[in-house]
Amino acid sequence: MDTGNAAWLLISAALVLFMTPGLALFYGGMDRSRNVLNMIMMSFWCLITIPIMWVVIGYSLAQVPFDAAFLGGFDNAFLRGINITGEDGGMTLLTVAFLGMFAVITPALISGAVAGRMKFAAWAIFAPVWTLLVFVPVFKWIYGGWLAERGSLDFAGGTAIHVNAGIAALACVLVLGKRKGWPREGHPPHSMPLVMLGAGILWFGWFGFNAGSALGATGTAIQAFMNTFLAAAAGGLAWAVVERLRDRRFTNLGVASGAVAGLVAITPAAGYVSGMSPIYIGLAAGVVCCFAVTLKTKAGYDDALDVVGIHFAAGLLGSLLIGLFADPEFFGTETMAGLFNGGGLTLLGEQLLANVVAIVYSFVVTLLIMLALKYTIGVRVDADEEMMGLDLSEHREVAYHSDAVSGIE
Amino acid sequence: MLQLVTAVIKPFRVDEVKEALKGLGIAGITMSEVRGFGRQGGHTETYRGSEYQVDFVPKVKLEVLATDEDVQAIVDAIVGAAATGSIGDGKVWVTPVSSVVRIRTGESGAAAI
Repeated sequence: MDTGNAAWLLISAALVLFMTPGLALFYGGMDRSRNVLNMIMMSFWCLITIPIMWVVIGYSLAQVPFDAAFLGGFDNAFLRGINITGEDGGMTLLTVAFLGMFAVITPALISGAVAGRMKFAAWAIFAPVWTLLVFVPVFKWIYGGWLAERGSLDFAGGTAIHVNAGIAALACVLVLGKRKGWPREGHPPHSMPLVMLGAGILWFGWFGFNAGSALGATGTAIQAFMNTFLAAAAGGLAWAVVERLRDRRFTNLGVASGAVAGLVAITPAAGYVSGMSPIYIGLAAGVVCCFAVTLKTKAGYDDALDVVGIHFAAGLLGSLLIGLFADPEFFGTETMAGLFNGGGLTLLGEQLLANVVAIVYSFVVTLLIMLALKYTIGVRVDADEEMMGLDLSEHREVAYHSDAVSGIE
Repeated sequence: MLQLVTAVIKPFRVDEVKEALKGLGIAGITMSEVRGFGRQGGHTETYRGSEYQVDFVPKVKLEVLATDEDVQAIVDAIVGAAATGSIGDGKVWVTPVSSVVRIRTGESGAAAI
């Protein structure tokens, strides 16, 4: 076992774990004060259910054996055969943990779209079931599976995670319906400092997400680290400048959203591009997502916190931009080169195919899961519970007490 | 006769008004954070390009109990200290109070102020 690789992967895994509470704050601050705890709980529910699902069955189905089959098998279910006494000294066990962190955050990403009206019991079932039925197979096809064998690239989860969760978010809100009063009644963020803190934690954790995906302390990890650094800055800058020109102000939410858009867009490309490419990718993501978040009002789907407008849009954009910017000199000539590096359109075509497959599968299966929940336990809280706020109606908790008037002694 | 002086002012003028009233030897002020609008109207906020109209803007409400002879000086002090000259400075009004009791001692009327 290479101890340097192991050390970096251990740290990276912890960094990726930290992104989920960061996401909880990012989303929680953006929701109204009566729903903030429900929003946070949706992420924490993923933190407490997905790790168990992942080691019991998820990892084995998603990665073992590493071939072009539609789905893996049960060889490593219950962590069978994976321990620290083998030849690898525990690196496989560490990889299971590292990938498990990605399995945790992927369903949590969806929660931002369904904010403010989903029955928590429905979410409690949805999150692990979706991870098993949608995340696991798509992950299998993209990492080692048939889409990877065809030549499509996804370094740290642009298609497998962001496009996948983003299109699933759209399917969820189509079944769930709009929040009461949307879009007539505004739903502005209740705590911008929480949003900014959450965005900062996401950016910090994303170094583990992307640079950790090199699976070792290698040059590729260093390149992915630098790309992550630059794309986030470029994304935030681009969004801020568009807002200044369009709305006459730089806003905190614009800067945070743009940085996240840049991070999402560089995720699939982080280990395949170099030089100034991450800046171009980040700038493109900031501009595209700044406009993509306005589509929901025109199209009439209530994607509450813009999971489609940011994660889907930036994930797809970044994944397709690999087809332009992928640099074979840098990551090895056995993979295809992008259009700008003499590779023609082949890689772009493979990127498009991989994303279309992920989009169609994720959308259809998510729709089926949500419809099954809708016609059994129901997916939506009552109108009066929605008005009261989900913190109180679903969790019997309140985020912000004023001591004198809370009635709690 | 006792009076209640109520003032709704801009939040960032609270310290000036408090100091002015303390300068008059006022024994107590009750403050509440309130929201409202007058001629000033509200403001707009922008999040991800969507504008939200906020009609009720934050204000501070001050309440001071006073005897008839002190009322005019208190009103003048509040008006002097709260004024910025721009729209939204607020209002001061006086209402008669039929009785006041100090809870600790049971004193009533002017002795309770």
